[in-house]
Amino acid sequence: MPAGLRLENIEKRYGGLYALRKVSLIIAPGECVVLAGRNGSGKTTLLRVAARLVRPSSGKLTFFSSARDEVATEVRPGFVAHTIMAYDELTAEENLRLFAQLRGLKNAAARVDVLLQEVGLAERRSSLVRTFSRGMRQRVAIACALLNEPGVLLLDEPATGLDPHGIAWLVETLRQLRDGGCTILMSLHGESEISGLGTRAIRLDAGSVIADTRTGATFRTILTFADA
Amino acid sequence: MSLLSNTSALLGKEVRTEFRSRELLMTTVIFILIVIVLFSFTFDPTSDESRRFGSGLLWLAFLFAASLMLQPCFLREQHNDTLSALRLSVSDPFAIFLAKLIANTLFLLLTELLLLPIFSTMYNVPVLPVLHWLVLVFFLGSLGICVVGTALSAISAQARMRELLLPLLMLPLLTPILVASTEVTKSLLDRNPFVQWKGVEIVAVFDVVFLTALWLFGEYLLEE
Repeated sequence: MPAGLRLENIEKRYGGLYALRKVSLIIAPGECVVLAGRNGSGKTTLLRVAARLVRPSSGKLTFFSSARDEVATEVRPGFVAHTIMAYDELTAEENLRLFAQLRGLKNAAARVDVLLQEVGLAERRSSLVRTFSRGMRQRVAIACALLNEPGVLLLDEPATGLDPHGIAWLVETLRQLRDGGCTILMSLHGESEISGLGTRAIRLDAGSVIADTRTGATFRTILTFADA
Repeated sequence: MSLLSNTSALLGKEVRTEFRSRELLMTTVIFILIVIVLFSFTFDPTSDESRRFGSGLLWLAFLFAASLMLQPCFLREQHNDTLSALRLSVSDPFAIFLAKLIANTLFLLLTELLLLPIFSTMYNVPVLPVLHWLVLVFFLGSLGICVVGTALSAISAQARMRELLLPLLMLPLLTPILVASTEVTKSLLDRNPFVQWKGVEIVAVFDVVFLTALWLFGEYLLEE
């Protein structure tokens, strides 16, 4: 189910260090938002707060459904992090089956088969993940995030380790998800094929939102300036 | 229902990964074996002496083997940030603890039962007549060690001095259950064996109290 996110005055402190400062954002259902910013600007923390993996020090996070702005409590976002969030000692198929079972997917076996085909790992489905290259591991991570066909997808530099073929596949997959109404929030460095999918760009600096736009020229400036 | 299905899926994962790496079982079996064999040479025990100090020796070996086993329990989840993946996927975070707890208890119990015949032979203490009672005490004692150890492993995995923290926190908390388990095992290894019910009750109450605490507050231990 497509859902939107509402972040109200979100702050995250680690001791005296602010990772996020009073971040307030409303991301509408179906939006594809690109988060940009230098290293340490708070992108990863914001994504982890949105995934409910990190409890904010203050502020409120809510998901709302597209229908009537109602609070959606059952939203389970898909999340692709820096690390692959899969077990090295399990095969690609075992990993996907495990997470499909945990999420209570009814047609788990069929969904796993489809995803293994889509990410191009069908032939290596029985290989242990620890034998995979960085790009293949990233494909496993993306497949895990897509298991339950999430209404909200959070991606932290999703192209890491992917070859041009993999990036093309990722762009196409994200395009289909976006066109299907999935809300996407992803952190990226600079302009790329993936950032071209964005309908909105937000720039973070020292934990604060310093730019937020949907328009073409400013959009590009936000992406490129972030890494300057 | 989701707690049970999540737990069984995670337990399957724990067992599968362990039997692939054999990391925990090998470590604990070898550790307990070394302790048993070394002490048998050092003391050259007669049967009466063995009955007196055998239970203490066994539980000491079990305790240190358990701390070796429990250390990597949550640490392994940090490697690829799989703990986050689990937190995003399960509907009840207690399932994560429950699966690890069951797996750890099973592995520890398996190790104990594998090494019991060796202890019996080397220390000349017959255990067959009281085997069912020993299994009960080993199970309750191991469960208690693993409940506390699994919870503390979740805490220590996120700390800086993690290798030091787990035993430091675990040993004082486990004192009551270790004393009670040792006393009950001693009474079972006696020339005229009997079940010290008071000790069994202490161990069982300890298990229930800590299991309830883990169920109530475990979710907070997993947060970053």
